[in-house]
Amino acid sequence: MSLLDLTATQLAKAIKEGRTTAVEAMQAVIEQIENKDKELNCYVTFDKEAALEAARKAQEAIEAGTLTGPLAGVPVAVKDNMCTKDVLTTCSSRILGNFVPTYSAEAVIKLEEAGAVIIGKTNMDEFAMGSTTETSAYGVTKNPWNTAHVPGGSSGGSAAAVAADECFFALGSDTGGSIRQPASYCGVVGMKPTYGTVSRYGLIAYGSSLDQIGPLCKDVTDCAVIMETIASHDLKDSTSIERHDTDFTKALVDDVKGMKIGIPSTYFGEGLDSQVRKTILDAVEVLKSKGAVVEEFDLDLVDYAIPAYYTIASAEASSNLERFDGVKYGYRAKDYEGLHDMYKKTRSEGFGPEVKRRIMLGSFVLSSGYYDAYYLKALKVKALIKKAFDQAFAAYDVIIAPAAPTTAPVLGSSLSDPIKMYLGDIYTISLNLAGLPGISIPCGFDSKGLPVGMQIIGDCFKEHNIIRAAYAYEQARGAFPKPDGKKEAH
Amino acid sequence: MANVISDETIEYVGILAKLELSEEDKENAKKDMADMLDYIDKMGELDTDGVEPMSHIFPVRNVMRDDVVTNGDGSADTLKNAPESNDEAFIVPKTVD
Repeated sequence: MSLLDLTATQLAKAIKEGRTTAVEAMQAVIEQIENKDKELNCYVTFDKEAALEAARKAQEAIEAGTLTGPLAGVPVAVKDNMCTKDVLTTCSSRILGNFVPTYSAEAVIKLEEAGAVIIGKTNMDEFAMGSTTETSAYGVTKNPWNTAHVPGGSSGGSAAAVAADECFFALGSDTGGSIRQPASYCGVVGMKPTYGTVSRYGLIAYGSSLDQIGPLCKDVTDCAVIMETIASHDLKDSTSIERHDTDFTKALVDDVKGMKIGIPSTYFGEGLDSQVRKTILDAVEVLKSKGAVVEEFDLDLVDYAIPAYYTIASAEASSNLERFDGVKYGYRAKDYEGLHDMYKKTRSEGFGPEVKRRIMLGSFVLSSGYYDAYYLKALKVKALIKKAFDQAFAAYDVIIAPAAPTTAPVLGSSLSDPIKMYLGDIYTISLNLAGLPGISIPCGFDSKGLPVGMQIIGDCFKEHNIIRAAYAYEQARGAFPKPDGKKEAH
Repeated sequence: MANVISDETIEYVGILAKLELSEEDKENAKKDMADMLDYIDKMGELDTDGVEPMSHIFPVRNVMRDDVVTNGDGSADTLKNAPESNDEAFIVPKTVD
């Protein structure tokens, strides 16, 4: 059995017990990257020597007894929109092509404190704006299950790296589904925590009221362990929440007897691929057979979530991305006449088309005369969506839905029609508007052999319910196959 | 109702967004934005009279703390990222005559 078959938690245990080392684990990952990443392009930045050196240091500290965290020695990949001190952080944009942060994101620091060793930075849609990882300025990432297909996005590099064993786990960020949707497309576990659970300090902002960092990993146990590690109350993020219930591994219990599961019929109707529907409903049957109480219900407003999301996210993006002006960091245009011309040329040359599209839309919906009709209206729709979920969670412990309407689309088929691409986020986006946590867990395949993800949604601060349901399902499902046909160790 | 974005509007948006748009960019942006607004207009179907706009999911309050430097002087490292700088400052094109 290869080291790569181990989950992050199993690897940490093996290192702790002296059965392997952090260096061997990193070497295994490096070999995999060297074999596979030319084709898959999961990484934007990968420095082999630096990764090995970091692993050596971790191993020394483990042997000296000073590094004892739950992820000690485990190689991790970090999405390239999280700052990493002294390591290039591009957001997959030309405008940050030479940006080397002077500090690390809080979530990255928490991982390092737990002993994880950074391999490199993963590819993403530029500034996390996209659903396929095709808007990256550094090339597309391919889906390890079928390289003619996208890995999803925007955390596509992270999801593909986990699926292809180019890391043991990864961090992603989720503004409208950017962890859960690529997790679904790549057959891995991905979780977006309740808004405010993981500090956004050092996460390059897209839609600040929606952005949340979370794990992409091999199984639900890893997910709980990583969540415990990265959740923190951080004074450097004013939206960070002080929680005393972040003992997520306590929820790893194989028992869903009496758990009330709501199935929103509106999420299983028109627009959902029939094979995806069947695969998820079969997985729900598994939970039912283990004693969960499953009921269909109507969750309204699903059709209004995408319009509200793109209004709010674009508005926040237009404001957040004003900082990229060629003065303090990043790209600056070569030829310009005066300050304003420099700003405009820098931004026009530095940003890709999707980013410009959203900045312009955001500027428009915030502009005088349109603010009430669009931005304010969207905030009211958001309030109604939150209320609909509040009502649902008065009756159910968790809600189960697809993570995406289809399996991974073919490369090159999405960007020509932005609204069609945005519709792919229909089942994930409401959670960001309402701040809710959600997980995507692989539950089967379509006839093309592409993985399907089941999304389990919880009320705010109820990650425990999600993890318990996902864990119980995973125990019944057994090992999920890997792209190259190997069985995952379980 | 189909939205039509005028030349003046796209010009104005370009100024707000600080983007330099070629004629081709402008035509594309007009179409993209009109399509998107047609789609977003769906929100108009919902009656939101009396609904309080929700900017934050949870009640937020100002978080106050003493202004104490904890991370030292990072100015030299910070300036390393600047496209143009001298020992103590970012350099930008002349802004006042």
